[in-house]
Amino acid sequence: MKKDGVVLIAEHDEEHFDMMKNSLLRAGVSNQILRLADGRQTLDYLFEISSQPASEHTSQQYVLLMDVNLPDVGGVEVLEKIKADGQLSKIPVIVLTAVDDRHTIDRCYNLGCSTYIVKPAKNEDFAESIQNIGAFLSVVETTSIK
Amino acid sequence: MDNKMVILIAEDDAGHFQLIKKNLWLTCVNNDILQFKDGQQILDFLSRTGDGMHLDETKRYIVLLDVRMPKVDGLDVLRRIKDDEKLRQIPVIMLTTTSESSMIEQCYKLGCSYYMVKPVDYHHFMEAVQNLGKFLSLEGMRLPSISSNVD
Repeated sequence: MKKDGVVLIAEHDEEHFDMMKNSLLRAGVSNQILRLADGRQTLDYLFEISSQPASEHTSQQYVLLMDVNLPDVGGVEVLEKIKADGQLSKIPVIVLTAVDDRHTIDRCYNLGCSTYIVKPAKNEDFAESIQNIGAFLSVVETTSIK
Repeated sequence: MDNKMVILIAEDDAGHFQLIKKNLWLTCVNNDILQFKDGQQILDFLSRTGDGMHLDETKRYIVLLDVRMPKVDGLDVLRRIKDDEKLRQIPVIMLTTTSESSMIEQCYKLGCSYYMVKPVDYHHFMEAVQNLGKFLSLEGMRLPSISSNVD
């Protein structure tokens, strides 16, 4: 990821978010990390950026880590809206959730998520997974949503 | 990780393929890795044409694609996968020396999951592939079924 790329985390649980942020930092992720607390906020944030003129955010690149269980608008619906948008669809979306059923997994891939990962139940395993995700994201190129 | 996962690698450079395979095996030893030497070979596999091995719908796949390949290039393979009703669920990761931003954008537009540029430095290349391998071998990693009738 480019240095000015932003890691967005759509996560209702603040403790989970803090843990994720710390693990990403530990993995050497130096990008800005932003929390979006629910599905509505996630959509508002992204569509707001997308509607701004290109000049202001030309180099803006994003990845989104998102839970399926989000208040207001669920993660699957958020994913559907992002992937239906010509510009926002270029954002890699990692679904990171406790939900582990075949139907949701297939549905998310069908909609265009990049990866579906089930959160490990134990905190230290969860933290380790996030570190691996962070290390991987640091070798991934993203593209501007403009 | 799904132990039925098969990693398909379309890579015409034999040296690069060995390097990728070796470093993936260092991190996710349990998975099958298949090599395709050009874009046509992997399309034949996926669309079950030609004489070689064919896709097995009970397994789960992930595709690593080089961009510059003989016969059919990686961009075309990506396009064909994402245009196909069944195959489009398969995650496709671009792994290539091409770093032009227009190519990166085009691949994300077509629906690649990630775009990775092969580092020129040997050690960085190994490290990047190992990061990918560790990511793919996460215990929580789930992949789509190809045929929804399977389950």
